[in-house]
Amino acid sequence: MPAELSDSEKIGIRLYVTCGAPNSIMAVNNLDSIIKGLRDRCNLEIVDILKDPLRALADGILVTPTLIKYQPPPPISLIGNLSEKEKVVDLLGLGEYQR
Amino acid sequence: MDTGDVPARIAKAPTHIIGFDEITNGGIPRGRTTLVIGGPGSGKTIFALQTLVNGASNLGEPGIFVAFEERSKSIIANASTFGWNIPDLVDKKLFFLDARMDHDVVASGNFDILGLLTSIKAKADEMGAKRIVFDSIDVLLNLFNDPLIERKELYRIYDWFCQTGLTGLLTVRIEVDSLVDQRYGFLQFMADCVVLLHHRLVDRMSTRGLRVLKYRGSSFAENESPLVIGPRGIEISCIRMSEIEYQVSTERVSTGIVRLDSMLNGGYFRGSSVLVTGMPGTAKSTLCGSFINESIRRGESALYVSFDESSNEMVRNLSSVNICLEPYIRSGLLRMYSARTESRSAEEHLMNMRRLIEEHRPKCMVVDPLSALVKSGGQASALAVSQKLIHLAKTRGITLVCSSLLSGGETGIENSEIKVSTIADTWIHLSYVVQGGERNRALTIVKSRGMEHSNQVRELILTDNGVTLTDVYTAGGEVLMGSLRWEKEESEKRENSRIKAQIEQKQRDLELAEAEIISTIDGLSKDLENNRVERIRLAEEERERNASLIKRRTELQELRSADSNSKSNKEGTED
Repeated sequence: MPAELSDSEKIGIRLYVTCGAPNSIMAVNNLDSIIKGLRDRCNLEIVDILKDPLRALADGILVTPTLIKYQPPPPISLIGNLSEKEKVVDLLGLGEYQR
Repeated sequence: MDTGDVPARIAKAPTHIIGFDEITNGGIPRGRTTLVIGGPGSGKTIFALQTLVNGASNLGEPGIFVAFEERSKSIIANASTFGWNIPDLVDKKLFFLDARMDHDVVASGNFDILGLLTSIKAKADEMGAKRIVFDSIDVLLNLFNDPLIERKELYRIYDWFCQTGLTGLLTVRIEVDSLVDQRYGFLQFMADCVVLLHHRLVDRMSTRGLRVLKYRGSSFAENESPLVIGPRGIEISCIRMSEIEYQVSTERVSTGIVRLDSMLNGGYFRGSSVLVTGMPGTAKSTLCGSFINESIRRGESALYVSFDESSNEMVRNLSSVNICLEPYIRSGLLRMYSARTESRSAEEHLMNMRRLIEEHRPKCMVVDPLSALVKSGGQASALAVSQKLIHLAKTRGITLVCSSLLSGGETGIENSEIKVSTIADTWIHLSYVVQGGERNRALTIVKSRGMEHSNQVRELILTDNGVTLTDVYTAGGEVLMGSLRWEKEESEKRENSRIKAQIEQKQRDLELAEAEIISTIDGLSKDLENNRVERIRLAEEERERNASLIKRRTELQELRSADSNSKSNKEGTED
C-alpha cells in the first residue's frame, strides 16, 4: 500500500443530493458501493442541497442527484441515482483500481 | 394532491402587459401555476419575461427567470430592444438562472428536480422574489425521457408553487393548433391558468393571437385576442365590447364643405365616426382632406393616416382642390402618417395608430382608406381592427373620418371590403353617375345617427377653389348631373325668357288696343259734344226765327191799319 495520496492525486468527486429523496438515498448508497475499497483514492464530498441550496445554484446543479468528477480533468457530470454501476465506474475512471 | 390554502377569492398578479390584465380580470393567478403554450416564434419567452420585468420594476415583485432553453445572456440581449432596462434590474430584482443541461451530461438511473426547486426557493427567499419563470418547461421534462416521470415531476413543480406561494409561469413549446395529441396535453389539466399563443399565417400575413384556455376560479375573456410584438414588447388588443361607455357630445364639427354641413344640419358630431365609401376616384380622399383642413384651420390638432399612398402625394393631390396642408405639417398641428399595408398586420397598424394618437393627441383624425387593412390580415382581422379603431377614437373623443374603397358593383349598396358601415355613426356614400358621356360624382348621406340630415343626392364638384356641392336636377324621375344638368338648366333658362318675352309682347298689344279704344272714345265724345252743340244751336235758331216772325206780323199789322192792338189781334185771329 503506497503512502497516502495528496489531494491533487486523488479522484475528486462531488455528489449533490436532496437528503431524504428516494433518488438521492439510492445515489448515496450506490456510490458507496462503487467506491468501496477506493476510499483513500477518492476525495468525496456530498452536498445536501437542502442545507446549502445557494451553493447548488452557484454550481449550476439542476437535478438531483448529480455527481461531478472534477479531478482529474476533464470534469464529468453524471445525473441520476447511479444505478448503472458499470457506467459510473467507467466514467469516473475507477476501473483500473477495481480490478 | 395538496393544493395549499385556497383563499376565498383568487388572488391575481398583474402582468402589466397591455390587454392581458383586462382579459383575465387582473393578471395571472398569484401563488399558482400558469402555462404559456405556443409554437416557435409565438412570443412565449417575451410574454414570460415581460411579466417578470413588469413585476420587478413596477410592482415591487422581484422575479427569477430559469432559462432551460436559451442562454440568459442572449435572452437579455434579445429583450434589450424593448427598452426594459433589464441590466439595471439584474441581481437585485431580477435573477437569471442558466439551467441549460450540459450536452455531455450522462444519465444513470432516475433523478428529480427537487434540488433545483430547493435552490430556487432559497434564492427567492434571499432576494424576496415572488415570480418564477421556467422557460421552457418541456426542455427540462425532456431530460427524463419517460412520460410517467415527466408527469410526476411536473406535479412536483405544481405542488411546489402552491406550497411556496410563488407565482409560476411555465412556458411550453407546443404548436397550439395540435394540442390534443400532444405529449404534454396533460399539462393543461394540471395548471390553474393556461394561456395559448398562436402564430399563424392568414392570407399570407403573419398574425399572432392570444387565448386564455382556462383560468380556475376566475372569469376571463374567452375569445382569441390579437397579439402584437411591438417596440415595447407584447401588446394584446383586448377591447371588451361589453363596456361601451363614451362621453358623447352634441357639438358639431364642420365637414369642411359648407353645403355638406347644411345637409348634416351643422356637421358631424364631435367624437363620432364617419365612414366615406366610394369607388376609386370618387373623391373620398378629398372629402377627408376637407375635413382635416377645416379642423386645422380651427386650430385643432389632426392626424392623417394614409395607407399605400405617401404623405407627399396626398398633400400634392389635395393642393389641386385648394387644400394646402403643407404649412400645418411644418407647424406640427397636422401629423401625416403613411404606411404600406402589407408591411404589417392589421393589428400592428392599429398599434401604430394608437401610438400616434397618444403622441399627437389629435382632435380630428382621418384613416384613408381604412379598407386597405384587409390586405394586411384578411377581412375578419380588418373588421376587428376597424371596430377597435372606432372604439379607440370614441374613448378619446376624436372625430374620426374613415374612407372605405368599394370594389365595384351596384352603387348605393355597400359592397365594401370592410363591413363597418353598421358601426359608423355617419355614412356618406360617393358614387359616379354616368350620363350623356360623362361621369359625375354624386354624394348621398346614407345614414347619420342622431341628427337630421338631407335625403337628397348632391353633385360633388371639385374645382381649383375647393370642393362644393350643388343641387342635382331632378326631372321626370331622372337625376341629371354635369353638363346634362347644365344643358337642362340652360334650356330651362331659355324657355323662361321666351315666355317672358311673349308675355311682354302681349302686354304691349293690349296697351295699344287700350289706347285705341281710348282714342275712339275721345272721338265719339267729341261727336257727342258737337251733336249737343248743334242741337242747342238749332233750338236757338228756332227761337230766334219765332221771335222774328212775331215781330214781322206786328209790323205788318201796324202797316195795314193802325188799329188797336186788341182789334188788330181780333182781326188777326179772324184771318
